[in-house]
Amino acid sequence: MSIRLYIPIDSTALSLGAERVARAIAEEAARRGIDLGIVRNGSRGMFWLEPLIEVETVAGRVGYGPVTPADVAGLFDAGFLSGADHPLALGRVEAIPYLASQERLTFARVGVTDPLSLDDYRAHGGFAGLARAIGMSCAEVVQEVTDSGLRGRGGAAFPTGIKWNTVLAAAADRKYVVCNADEGDSGTFSDRMLMEGDPYCLIEGMAIAGLAVGATQGYIYLRSEYPHAFETLRAAIARARTAGCLGQDVMGSGRVFELEVRMGAGAYICGEETSMLESLEGKRGTVRAKPPLPAIAGLFGKPTVINNVMSLASVPTILARGAAFYRDYGMGRSRGTLPFQLAGNLRRTGLVEKAFGVTLRELLYDYGGGSASGRPIRAVQVGGPLGAYVPESQFDVPLDYEAYVAIGAMVGHGGLVAFDDRADMARMARYAMEFCAVESCGKCTPCRIGSTRGVEVIDRIVAGEQRGRNVALLNSLCDTMLNGSLCALGGMTPYPVQSALKHFPEDFGLVPDEDNKGA
Amino acid sequence: MSRPDPDSATDRLARVRSIASAYRPTPGALLPLLHAVQNELGFIPDDCVPIIAGELDLSRAEVHGVISFYHHFRRTPPGRHVVQVCRAESCQAMGGEALEAHAKARLGVDYHSTTPDCAVTLEAVYCLGNCACSPAIRVDDEIVGRVDAARFDEVIAELRSGEASA
Ligand SMILES: Cc1cc2nc3c(=O)[nH]c(=O)nc-3n(C[C@H](O)[C@H](O)[C@H](O)COP(=O)(O)O)c2cc1C
Ligand code: SF4
Ligand code: FES
Repeated sequence: MSIRLYIPIDSTALSLGAERVARAIAEEAARRGIDLGIVRNGSRGMFWLEPLIEVETVAGRVGYGPVTPADVAGLFDAGFLSGADHPLALGRVEAIPYLASQERLTFARVGVTDPLSLDDYRAHGGFAGLARAIGMSCAEVVQEVTDSGLRGRGGAAFPTGIKWNTVLAAAADRKYVVCNADEGDSGTFSDRMLMEGDPYCLIEGMAIAGLAVGATQGYIYLRSEYPHAFETLRAAIARARTAGCLGQDVMGSGRVFELEVRMGAGAYICGEETSMLESLEGKRGTVRAKPPLPAIAGLFGKPTVINNVMSLASVPTILARGAAFYRDYGMGRSRGTLPFQLAGNLRRTGLVEKAFGVTLRELLYDYGGGSASGRPIRAVQVGGPLGAYVPESQFDVPLDYEAYVAIGAMVGHGGLVAFDDRADMARMARYAMEFCAVESCGKCTPCRIGSTRGVEVIDRIVAGEQRGRNVALLNSLCDTMLNGSLCALGGMTPYPVQSALKHFPEDFGLVPDEDNKGA
Repeated sequence: MSRPDPDSATDRLARVRSIASAYRPTPGALLPLLHAVQNELGFIPDDCVPIIAGELDLSRAEVHGVISFYHHFRRTPPGRHVVQVCRAESCQAMGGEALEAHAKARLGVDYHSTTPDCAVTLEAVYCLGNCACSPAIRVDDEIVGRVDAARFDEVIAELRSGEASA
């Protein structure tokens, strides 16, 4: 029997040379006449250890990393194929504290299985949720999701069950499920990791959504920055269809659910759900006024469920293990788990799936190991480019949707970008305005023009021109954007800007509490 | 990348016509169609617009409007390789601005421009989803993480030497 070896094919692992390592290992094994079964798995999400090679041994899967092609011969010499010691040895991968202390529900299989193997997927609990959903009525499936307390993971945290119920209740000859896989937020990569590392989980979640609301066609709208995820999804959909898990008779249920992946074209605003629908219909991605809600009149005018990748990928677990199992994780009205993404200036960046209620301090220091530069962490942007900059004084606030709103921040998609004390927060505020100007869909004046004016006003403040007056102007501009924008791009750009101004006034050349009362 | 000769207008129009008619039955066909054209030709030449508009029963203005709205679509040919540098927050937190400056200086071009030898087109991008290994760049369809000035030079040297040996 050949020895099983795991080498990640996740984009980030590849970006650190996993492909070269895989090639070097295959060549070295051939040279030594060793028969290897190499599985290209997803990533465990411990990126300081990537490329992380795992060997299946009697003692379980043992890891070595980060491996470079130059280490390969030495690993063979040391006997890594039987789990022998080596300077890069990490022991049993599942015992590494970073991973062992997580609560992996949605990411249970990512990094463990062969992403495209249906047998692997089934052997690790896959399709149990779909099988159960097939035996239930539509209303019962929707009720299960409602009872789980699942809220949209794409940003707005709207209860998923209520959304599905609206689509279920809408009468129409055709309904759709659209997965928002645009993941445009900087500092976020959990959607990508799941699509590359466990695509059937998303496919199963979408099929359950289709059955639950009576939709027969699904689309995954994927950003063009994710070419690897695109290929993985395409291959996975084709295999799932051949195996009868999708198509004209989903798992023998007599029900139809077809699925297609569509590529976006580099526009942040297409992550906003109505722009995404416009884009899917073949138009410019501009925001539609609501109402009507997409749940009533969405894609091609038909009732449409729109959910983020993480929301949909949570559904198989909820159906397989029951609403109560999922709801028992979390705090307050934030139920279940969220895959937090640790990025920016951190020593141990990666993916940490934990129940809501964990604090930034735990994530940044216990998991992240503090800053990569060894300097103090000064600010963390939570929830993407529209999220607030959180200062050290708030690192102990539990990550919970409501607790974050209470401090003027948002959890969003769970992306954390850490900055050390060299960060210039006035520059980051300026960048937020600039980003809004570049990515605005152009429909509303406060967003389209206001953001450009915002850049200029910040420049004047930094240059010391009439600081008091210009700060007042910036705040009133932010108010106008907040209240006068049709969507959250214009409406939330004030969050990073005003949080930077409020918590780091000295970077704008201001004296705390003097020029900047109650920003 | 091997592509049909984009300079031959007849060749190109025939290709676009066959792509466009293949996509005609697809609901919301325009984006996948434009991707297919750009994958095939490397860009979306203006003289293709009337063909696409005709096949999909759209106005030329609508097709132009869509092409110009999306950052990914280009109306002029790129260099043999496209290099995108991430400008978003996580990359900035790890020295992305210095990398941007280095990339421009090293290639001798600004964003949306191509080196004189047509080897590399430089583009800005707002997050590649590789934020755990910032700063990041994309070279054609490959992502490269933890890029500093030296690593950037290496990548460009590999591109050029790959071409020389090909
Ligand atoms: C400017 C803007 C960008 C957005 N980008 C995304 C995105 O990339 N992915 C996503 O799932 N939701 C994004 N959203 C939120 C979506 O509009 C929508 O609320 C979400 O996809 C619904 O799914 P959920 O209920 O499962 O979260 C964005 C919203 C705005 C206003
Ligand atoms: S706020 Fe900006 S992006 Fe949103 S609809 Fe208005 S112009 Fe478009
Ligand atoms: S911020 Fe640069 S890759 Fe995400």
